[in-house]
Amino acid sequence: MAFLTDRKRASGMGSAKTGTEHHWQMMVTSVALLILTPLFIFTFGWILGSPYEEVIAYYQRPFPAVVAILTMLVGFFHYRLGVQTLIEDYVHGFARKAAIIGMICVSYAAAAFAIFAIIRIAL
Amino acid sequence: MVQLTLPKNSRMTVGKTWPKPEGATNLRKVQVYRWNPDDGKTPQLDTYFIDMDDCGPMVLDALIKIKNEIDPTLTFRRSCREGICGSCAMNIDGINTLACIYGMDEVKGDVKIYPLPHMPVIKDLIPDLTHFYAQHASVMPWLETKTNRPAKEWKQSIDDRKKLDGLYECVMCACCSTSCPSYWWNGDRYLGPAALLHAYRWIIDSRDEATGERLDELEDPFKLYRCHTIMNCAKTCPKGLNPAKAIAHIKGMMVERVV
Repeated sequence: MAFLTDRKRASGMGSAKTGTEHHWQMMVTSVALLILTPLFIFTFGWILGSPYEEVIAYYQRPFPAVVAILTMLVGFFHYRLGVQTLIEDYVHGFARKAAIIGMICVSYAAAAFAIFAIIRIAL
Repeated sequence: MVQLTLPKNSRMTVGKTWPKPEGATNLRKVQVYRWNPDDGKTPQLDTYFIDMDDCGPMVLDALIKIKNEIDPTLTFRRSCREGICGSCAMNIDGINTLACIYGMDEVKGDVKIYPLPHMPVIKDLIPDLTHFYAQHASVMPWLETKTNRPAKEWKQSIDDRKKLDGLYECVMCACCSTSCPSYWWNGDRYLGPAALLHAYRWIIDSRDEATGERLDELEDPFKLYRCHTIMNCAKTCPKGLNPAKAIAHIKGMMVERVV
């Protein structure tokens, strides 16, 4: 055990002077998803179960395609912020950094594949 | 990594069952966490029987009766016996509260008493609050001013004084911080509800001139932003305060500075 004073142990390395941006982005994406999620459910649900040609034609219209792209983009960004918080809560040490890097890669890759798929249908 | 099971030396075992008092008709079973650092044993749950016709109404009265009349080795903190000093904070019937203002009649069934959760135990019901107090000190819980001291006093309007209501009443019992899962997992870095409530008490004090520095010191993913508004703090506070609301206000001020 190191001979640290209680105050030194409590102060640690001081304030990181960050965190507000993460918090604000979380709030902004939450509000955006509050609007986008019902729109996505409405547009996706509208065409769900229809024949292939009809679905392709539907997603070639700007509104459903843009709603789907925005939902995926904002959704995965929100996911990335939320899961980072979750990892910071429960994982400690080097594993924390490794898990955050892995999670960021997965969320951006998932967003990229989703958007690529929608654009491919739309264009 | 978060621990889902207790370490081997913290696992509970069945302790001693003390004899029932003779001739008592109104008996109450009280189970108390016992751990002595000197005997090398794991923690035990001792069982006592209290004659409620010969005992005060509060849980602290029962503990004092046990210590005075049954088992003088039982160790716990207490002082004011009226909810002002915050010494007798412990986990009673699954709730962190003050034993002196928690009635025996508020507990249904057997009364189970443990020390405050997730803190190192010194002995029996006494947790080690050293880090908790150091975190409180780190938020500078005093008036910071830069203007020359006035001849008489720092004036404050009635409305500004009212802003401190619901904050200054905190007795630092640690019930809130030790009920917070974020504090359990990251208590070394997260300041916890009690320290943050005190930080907010000084941030919104109209006489304090270090608001910016105080917010700077708190702006940290761990010191402040580990609070996920779980609200255990507000639910358990024996003084009826709402630390989660104070933390939300600090976060609001942080956003106010940048947006």
